[in-house]
Amino acid sequence: MEQFFAALTLSAGYNTALVCIGAALLGAASGAIGVFVLLRKRTLISDAVSHATLPGVALAFIIAQVYFDSGRSLPVLLFGAALSAGIGVLAVDWIKTHTRLTEDAAIGTVLSTFFAVGMVLLTIIQSMSIAGQAGLEGFLLGATSGMLKSEALTISVAAALVGLAVVLRMKEFSLLCFDESFAAACGYNVRWLDRTLLLLLLGIVVIGLKTVGLVLIIALAIIPPVAARFWTDRVPVLVAIAAGIGASGSYIGAALSASAPNMPTGGLIVLVLFSFFVVSLLISPVRGILAAALKHYRFQRIVHLRQGLLAIAHDEPVLEPLTRSILRRGGFMGGDGQPTVKGQSEARLIERDQKLWNLYREMHPEESHALADWSLKPIGEVLPADTVRVLEQELSPHVVRGGETSKGGAV
Amino acid sequence: MHDRSSSGLHLLHDTESSKTVNPQDLPFTVQGMTVAYHHKPVLWGVSYSAPKGCLTAIIGPNGAGKSTFLKAALGLIPKLSGDTKVFGAPIEKVLKRIAYVPQRSAVDWDFPATAIDVVLMGLYGQIGWFRWPSRKHRQKAMDCLKSVGMQDFANRQIGQLSGGQQQRVFLARALAQDSEVYLMDEPFAGVDAATEKAIVAVLRQLVADGKTVLVVHHDLETVRDYYSHILLLNGQHVADGPVETTFTAENLQKAYGGRLASTQLDGLSEASNA
Repeated sequence: MEQFFAALTLSAGYNTALVCIGAALLGAASGAIGVFVLLRKRTLISDAVSHATLPGVALAFIIAQVYFDSGRSLPVLLFGAALSAGIGVLAVDWIKTHTRLTEDAAIGTVLSTFFAVGMVLLTIIQSMSIAGQAGLEGFLLGATSGMLKSEALTISVAAALVGLAVVLRMKEFSLLCFDESFAAACGYNVRWLDRTLLLLLLGIVVIGLKTVGLVLIIALAIIPPVAARFWTDRVPVLVAIAAGIGASGSYIGAALSASAPNMPTGGLIVLVLFSFFVVSLLISPVRGILAAALKHYRFQRIVHLRQGLLAIAHDEPVLEPLTRSILRRGGFMGGDGQPTVKGQSEARLIERDQKLWNLYREMHPEESHALADWSLKPIGEVLPADTVRVLEQELSPHVVRGGETSKGGAV
Repeated sequence: MHDRSSSGLHLLHDTESSKTVNPQDLPFTVQGMTVAYHHKPVLWGVSYSAPKGCLTAIIGPNGAGKSTFLKAALGLIPKLSGDTKVFGAPIEKVLKRIAYVPQRSAVDWDFPATAIDVVLMGLYGQIGWFRWPSRKHRQKAMDCLKSVGMQDFANRQIGQLSGGQQQRVFLARALAQDSEVYLMDEPFAGVDAATEKAIVAVLRQLVADGKTVLVVHHDLETVRDYYSHILLLNGQHVADGPVETTFTAENLQKAYGGRLASTQLDGLSEASNA
């Protein structure tokens, strides 16, 4: 525990501090890029990217070991990872465009094949009995315990660069994710934008291999934006929150791992991120579960209040206990069950509003059925002023000379 | 306001003598366009030139390739043949002079953005890479929202807007682009009457400002009220020209075949027969 707090406050040695900072930068960058992977609905392809790194790592290790006797050089391994991940992405792309298979089928095929090749190569490496192969399993689940200072520095700088690139391209990525055809019609090269997005994702996957491991790196890009989505409805805010969640989750996870070197860093980071997700899911005021329950409670009260007031307006008795208690608490109904003056005037307002809503449903059934707030809010708060004006004009003759029109209709 | 016969005749004259017209004056010209999905031709050798400064409806039965026509012309989907010129230049070189309004159903409205965010997207081309919308851009986006009657909803999350409101936001985004040619894919699909009126008013204003507007349109009953020209498609080019002379029972029969009852046809084109 003490060690954990030491790591958390960056006082557990220079190396540990560097590893934690590197993990935080990695988490921030992957959270930021993850927002657009999520909005582009391409979270699956990130899984293909990460699994496709394995054969590259293994091959790079073999080649570097045999020819240069330095199999554990991180830049060489990462280069191999990037190369095979790139080939994996291109393979998915090729299958998608040249066959009638869907993207998820292509991803499933490529992902498992590349991973299988990687596993076979890993077994071969183990049977080669070369020194220094021990670190390779770290690429599967992540290990920061033996990380060198230079490695941590490489990760920090690369992650910062990717994060910066995402922020600079935020506008174009938003456009791509929201409305691809509009982007293309504006002259943006959609294919190229998509490639940039994937390239940045690939960068994150490769950089994060050592820290989080290829099996779990994808969680680092997906969980932060998914958790952040509970909190906001704006892209820039979403990017900021996702980056924040990614950074703090990775930082805490790396610190935990520093205090318990036997635990896989990737697993710890993902568990911390998951706890952020659960908290967001529960307590976010925007889209959280508790907020939704509260909203439902309020919704129920609004319905009861409106129906109670409409009953008053129509001189009908209010029988349901919940409706009666809501009306009483609002001061619309006295203790004797009779409407108050306030209740009567409010009832008239609601009655008129309801008439407008009913008319709207009559005139535009399709539209009104699609509308979430039909007859729940004052109509002026939901529909544009010109629509309401049309409805009022339509309604007023009936109100002013209701008796006459019905007579006229009979003639 | 409804009577466009004088400008229509004037343009009819223009298109008839199009051999002498300078291609740089033609806002939108498509030549021999063929599009196929999986070896099934959807559009076959369509050639068309839009009359400048006019409001034109693209009409035809379901599956006639109306939306495909716009998408292929813009280069959004691959085509087998045909090219599009905008004021004499290949379209891909002058996309900035064109504003495109996709179908509302083409996007996921749960996207994290507000109405004004979407309108600002129409200005991204002017803002440029690596830069952010300024106060001036926000003001412009607000003005565009105002012209479609949506200024009070600027900060509403787009998923909470009704279908008609979403369509208005799309229209405002196109207005923000300040283009010369507007291509709209079914802007009237599933909108309420007030929105329909608001959209028509905007379209008329655009034409009054000298813009060329092409609209994929579904409702034959309103063609005569809203548009001055039509392009009639049924996988092939059937007819195009001013509503008075082209929106006839004969042409509609050619495009729709047996799908329109003869009584319907009589009702729709009676004005031209009279």
